[in-house]
Amino acid sequence: MTRILFFGRMSEAAGCSELDAELPSELRTVAALRSWLADRDAALKQLILSPGIRAAVDRGFCGDDASIVGAQEIAFMSPLSGG
Amino acid sequence: MRVAIADKPFSADSMLAQFADSRTGAAGALASFVGYCRDVSDAGDVHQLQLDHYPGLTEAEITRLANTIIERHGLIDLLVVHRVGVVTPNEPIVLVAALSSHRAQAFAAVAELMDYLKTDAPFWKREAGSGGERWIEPTDADRARRAALGE
Repeated sequence: MTRILFFGRMSEAAGCSELDAELPSELRTVAALRSWLADRDAALKQLILSPGIRAAVDRGFCGDDASIVGAQEIAFMSPLSGG
Repeated sequence: MRVAIADKPFSADSMLAQFADSRTGAAGALASFVGYCRDVSDAGDVHQLQLDHYPGLTEAEITRLANTIIERHGLIDLLVVHRVGVVTPNEPIVLVAALSSHRAQAFAAVAELMDYLKTDAPFWKREAGSGGERWIEPTDADRARRAALGE
């Protein structure tokens, strides 16, 4: 099982802030996971494919070509806004 | 360096006083910034802000940004306190303070760290008020200030 977290506007689109999913073994990168989630959930589709949505694998920011093989936690984050 | 995530209201005055008291004799300058929750925004009256973070990643990312600033300006010490949870008007959201030998480094460090926090720190803000609820994301001005800093 892989835990998928959603932050900010992403959590609203997903309807939850986290979900546990059994990811198909052919999903190997962040980009592939984005497409998989987009196909699975129409409400997520627009946001999850947007370049403004950053990803983190096991609590480290990463690009779309990063590997998700063996990852325990993958997060998708709408624009960060501190201060 | 001290980085703290506060899940309850904190006193910026007492944390700043404590930081100032901790300074060594080489520190000739202390500059600070406190950001407060306002009771009004361009959407109307503000009742509260909900600030979310990503435990673990948020602390690590602020620490990384703080280290960049310490090195760039040769700071003696740096303090960052950031609220999460439900924040109501007049409560502090963020406190940044820098100790350096001379004033220029401390002023620049505080301003630059705030510019980084606005766009690069893993927090998400949801505003609730007379105009309903909405997510607050960085403005074009925030992005421009961040872009001017480079990597």
